[in-house]
Amino acid sequence: MTNRTSRRSFLAKGLATGAAATVAGSANSATSDPLITEVQPWAQGLGDGVDATPYGLPIEYEADVIRRNVDWLTADTISSVNFTPIHALDGTITPQGCAFERHHSGAIELRKEDYRLMINGLVDRPLVFTYADLERFPRQNHVYFCECAANSGMEWAGAQLNGAQFTHGMIHNMEYTGVSLRTILEEAGLGAAGDLAGKWVYVEGADASSNGRSIPMEKALDDVLVAFKANGEALRKEHGYPVRLVVPGWEGNMWIKWIRRIEVMDGPVESREETSKYTDTLADGISRKWTWAMDAKSVVTSPSPQSPITHGKGPLVITGLAWSGRGAITRVDVSRDGGKTWETARLAKPGERMAVSRFYLDTDWDGEEMFLQSRAMDETGYVQPTKTQLRDVRGLNSIYHNNGIQTWWVRPDGKAENVEVS
Amino acid sequence: TFAHADGLGLGRDALPEEIAAWDKDVSPDGTGLPEGSGDALTGEEVFADKCAACHGDFAEGIGNWPKLAGGWGTLDREDPVKTVGSYWPYLSTTWDYINRSMPFGDAQSLEPDEVYAIVAYILYSNDLVDDDFELSHENFAGFEMPNAEGFIVDDRIETEFPKWVGEPCMENCKDEVEVTMRAMVLDVTPQVESGEAESP
Repeated sequence: MTNRTSRRSFLAKGLATGAAATVAGSANSATSDPLITEVQPWAQGLGDGVDATPYGLPIEYEADVIRRNVDWLTADTISSVNFTPIHALDGTITPQGCAFERHHSGAIELRKEDYRLMINGLVDRPLVFTYADLERFPRQNHVYFCECAANSGMEWAGAQLNGAQFTHGMIHNMEYTGVSLRTILEEAGLGAAGDLAGKWVYVEGADASSNGRSIPMEKALDDVLVAFKANGEALRKEHGYPVRLVVPGWEGNMWIKWIRRIEVMDGPVESREETSKYTDTLADGISRKWTWAMDAKSVVTSPSPQSPITHGKGPLVITGLAWSGRGAITRVDVSRDGGKTWETARLAKPGERMAVSRFYLDTDWDGEEMFLQSRAMDETGYVQPTKTQLRDVRGLNSIYHNNGIQTWWVRPDGKAENVEVS
Repeated sequence: TFAHADGLGLGRDALPEEIAAWDKDVSPDGTGLPEGSGDALTGEEVFADKCAACHGDFAEGIGNWPKLAGGWGTLDREDPVKTVGSYWPYLSTTWDYINRSMPFGDAQSLEPDEVYAIVAYILYSNDLVDDDFELSHENFAGFEMPNAEGFIVDDRIETEFPKWVGEPCMENCKDEVEVTMRAMVLDVTPQVESGEAESP
């Protein structure tokens, strides 16, 4: 008890010192900053040796930059989803350790030694590959986003979850190393398939859910990868170790993890994941199927509900992410007044096809409330719609593919809230 | 074994029994179904034993677990109830998914006859067959699901793209901006303990 009390009072004192230090940091400071005038322990003693951390984790002060889940979304945590802390990240590459997960029968453990990939169906020669075989094919490297079809799905009926992590965090963006699916299909030989127009591949995982999906041959032969490395290292267990499918621009469900079999077929299987799920019901009760591409979308990641303004008026960096499954992001506009007026933001670098772009609006905040929005445009000329525009076409029951413009209401105190505006 | 004239010669031939072990998908026309049969009454027993703990005795669903029956005629309503009977377009999907991925936590443990019986029971629970109905690989393909015509292929290119292409409004885009919904009012976001980020 005594310890706890003293610890608490120490913390309170520490906070007070911190506040004083902040004031001391201002231009009109009269008192000197002890963080500068007093020798600090890290400037005197020694840090950790190089043998302390063979494989490191983030420093403890970044403990809030983690995946989070929402209990009430799913019946259990096995067939469920968690969310990337996009509100706290910058740049475009998602650290694998906090990149979102979506499983249907949990994250399985599959050793490279136990791994097998089968190619069968309408091929000249059904084949079995080991993991070691896959590493002997010519490799490619590409950065792509993987966005769950259900990202922002809870927001169809209105503002519900308070934070960019929860409203837009079913996404990650990684640099993949892998083999072109075309190369692997050609190894088995597609002569048996005859005219490839109208042919399909069916891909399934090694887990109990299998997550089987049908992919048209045109896409399979275009840019799909059989990937085994992400951001330079092996895939994480929860992201499909040792091998997953990478399907640029298309809904995350099709990025089959722990991929074990690819079958060339005459038609789509119409599996559970493309009939019961990942079909989008319109207002009249008719449902779209095969809504594969993820349309252009963006979100301001800071300021946002989990990343409030704490520095008061003056220079403010408004930043966020934009992406499109139909090509490169060409422009992002930002509004501070709920869409009355727009300013074109700065892209950190030219947009890359089917990859996340980072945008910045370097601005000066007068301390007044803002209704922050971002609006992405892609190389097809498509402009990210408002949620109202989407609902006018689709109604409220689509579940998937919500790429409507997000609004954050930033108050004079710097706090931000997920809202919808007229 | 150097038969891969057009490739790199990697991998080896898949054996028939290996393909049979993994290639179990069933297409809408019934391709892929094994021989077998099962009736709804038998299915009721299997379902009670292996499925009802989550999906309910009548496939109506328990708690947050999926409802497999009911919801007919709700697809154009505010909260559609999407079940095998009200929504799924093909019976093949039901057979295929149960066979490969159910029961949850003990997948691939059912015999083909058990799967036929369970599927027959789910049809019965959806008022689509009588209780003496027997489903088999022979009568399977002839079964039409109520919502078979309820799906269209992605038409966004025609219905959405033309509306949202081109130079967007930059100034004086609207007169009023009023808050119409607030997530804070709903208050269903997981709470992060205050100070968690700063804990020393």
